[in-house]
Amino acid sequence: MNHLPLIIKREYLTKVRNKSFIIMTFLSPIIFMGLIALVAYLSQLNKDKIRVVTVLDETGLVQDMFNNTEHTHYNILEHMSLQDAKKLVNETDGTGLLHISLNVSTEDDENTISFYSKEAPSLGFITDLERRLEKRLTNLNLKRKGVDIDMINASKIRVDILQESFEGEKTSKVDSVIKLIFGGAAGYLLFMFIIIYGNMIMRSVIEEKTSRIIEVIISSVKPIQLMLGKIIGTSLAGITQFVIWLILGGVLVSLTSIFFGVDMTELQTPQREIVNQAMENPEINAQIQNAANAFFSLPLVNLVIAFILFFIGGYLLYSSFYAAIGAAVDNETDTQQFMMPIIMPLVLAVYIGVFTVIEDPHGTVSTIFSFIPLTSPVVMLMRIPFGVPLWQQIVSLLLLIGTFIVTVWFAAKIYRVGILMYGKKPSYKELIKWIKY
Amino acid sequence: MNNLLEVNKVSKHFGEYKALNEVSIAVPKGSIFGLLGPNGAGKTTLIRIINQITMPDSGTVHLDGDFLSPMHIKDIGYLPEERGLYKSMKVGEQALYLAQLKGLSKTEANSRLKFWFDRLDIGDWWNKKIQELSKGMAQKIQFVVTVLHEPKLLIFDEPFSGFDPINANLIKDEILRLRDLGATVIFSTHRMESVEELCDDIALIHKSNKILDGKLVDVKRAYKINTFEVGLRSENHDVLKQDIAEKFSVSNAHFKTLENELKLNIKLDQDENPNALLNYLTSKATVSHFVELIPSVNDIFIQTVKNN
Repeated sequence: MNHLPLIIKREYLTKVRNKSFIIMTFLSPIIFMGLIALVAYLSQLNKDKIRVVTVLDETGLVQDMFNNTEHTHYNILEHMSLQDAKKLVNETDGTGLLHISLNVSTEDDENTISFYSKEAPSLGFITDLERRLEKRLTNLNLKRKGVDIDMINASKIRVDILQESFEGEKTSKVDSVIKLIFGGAAGYLLFMFIIIYGNMIMRSVIEEKTSRIIEVIISSVKPIQLMLGKIIGTSLAGITQFVIWLILGGVLVSLTSIFFGVDMTELQTPQREIVNQAMENPEINAQIQNAANAFFSLPLVNLVIAFILFFIGGYLLYSSFYAAIGAAVDNETDTQQFMMPIIMPLVLAVYIGVFTVIEDPHGTVSTIFSFIPLTSPVVMLMRIPFGVPLWQQIVSLLLLIGTFIVTVWFAAKIYRVGILMYGKKPSYKELIKWIKY
Repeated sequence: MNNLLEVNKVSKHFGEYKALNEVSIAVPKGSIFGLLGPNGAGKTTLIRIINQITMPDSGTVHLDGDFLSPMHIKDIGYLPEERGLYKSMKVGEQALYLAQLKGLSKTEANSRLKFWFDRLDIGDWWNKKIQELSKGMAQKIQFVVTVLHEPKLLIFDEPFSGFDPINANLIKDEILRLRDLGATVIFSTHRMESVEELCDDIALIHKSNKILDGKLVDVKRAYKINTFEVGLRSENHDVLKQDIAEKFSVSNAHFKTLENELKLNIKLDQDENPNALLNYLTSKATVSHFVELIPSVNDIFIQTVKNN
């Protein structure tokens, strides 16, 4: 008799109806969004703050470029000594004093431009000032040396090396970043999923042992059916939770925008202003365009299919470990000694993904670890956006499935014996003995 | 075939440890079969093999003439010694789930559960969680779940533990009723008085071996020691005892009486007629007490286990 659907249904319903599960599901996005709203609110407080920058331009060459903007007011000083200017600014509440000395166009003095302030200004602010001054002064220098600036601008050329494999797959630098984000997100999602829901499976096995219902159940159901039912039921509950989080997250974002009048994407703060100015830079605009193109040129179909397959494979593999551990021990505190060997390859996989795949997605280390079943789900998911030959994906997947079947078989043995063992904390030696029973 | 269950030379090892050594038992249809033995003798292993929780290394098990297979799961109801229910699940839901695992349809399970819950007067518990119930209450539900699918074979491991005397009696009556309706019962317990009261047949397992089995009356007959407990009213106990000791083997007995009587256990030889003893005793004194000593299951248990 196949009771698998019945067991899955029970496991799913028990998980989903569990109070702490419900609270976690609905509270965590609210808390999360609450934090975001708080940050947004706090930066709104900053919104009305106006930065007052006093400028003492001894050369008179650049002062016309400081036009007041919404969040930054410029106060231009003329005919004043640096000493007096410093004193003056120090007495007012201004952000600071920008001093441009007479030596600015001679190249041998480095400290020609200084910024004096009570508190160190933000990095973004300084970088922005530097960028603008640099541009203006360079242009002035060029003009003085008799160079036609329009001609320079007209002859400027942007280089973005197009990378193409001999099979015709095109990539670029921006592509790589997008790929990295995609692979990283997929790998990290799997990692989180395994840890959260693997633990949930383990706890539910332990619960069956401590409540002593297990012997009643397995007099009607095969242990392997019970184990698979648990793994699948808990996974479905996990997926439900994830989907609710996504939906709630979306709803909450729109709700907060409406109620707080905060448009999260268009927050106008002094920080934001600088970023926006940078955006006007044509180079960056071009890069954003590139990123969009990169996204659409990703092997999306391959990515989605591989994500689903490796996700399921990797998750099931680790789940069976968790189920076996749950069966082997009596309570959660005893699980520690068995957790290490599970967490280790998982963490290793993430490290390899983050450090090695970025450096060299098709190098020896990345390739090898994308075949080893314990690390392959995470590493392969991170590699796939960079284009992995189909045969490699298939071989890796087959290895994963093969290992999963073997692992489930071993886990089921440990499970079968373990669930009926009470009272003592088993050693690894004993676990191996159980497999032989 | 008269036996519902036949276990034939079943052995089971756990690593080096031999849990069962060629154990055979036969459980007659419609009987209550007592499976006895000291702690760790191998009873639970045998029961788990019958339930197909563990597989035997060698030997065969037949149920109702067929080789034991997964299709027999619905024919067996098992109440394990280590038992419990999902603590945070509602009583009704849980009972339905367990009944469905035994192959009942949901509607069938529902109507049978209604019947049993009314019968045991526990109808109001349907929507309670197990953790809100007392241990005895949970045990009742466990009992219902065990018998609900009307199995041919019921296996109870210490069914009365956790029950007060009233509920224990209620459960005992239910077991007897189910037996009368045609179920066969295997009953494992350390309470010898309930074995005495309920069992038709017994088997005794000790150190992985079956050391005794058969009909309870036959076993008792085999352990009969031809000894009679007598109480005699007389003026002079010492003289009387000496007189009797010259003709029979005599030892002191202990039982409760109203008067100060001489209490003796008198052992007869195998072919001696108890009437001869009684005639002799009536000629000597007034006989107030004359009982053949029948060994109790308790005595048989202790004696057999010690001798092995």
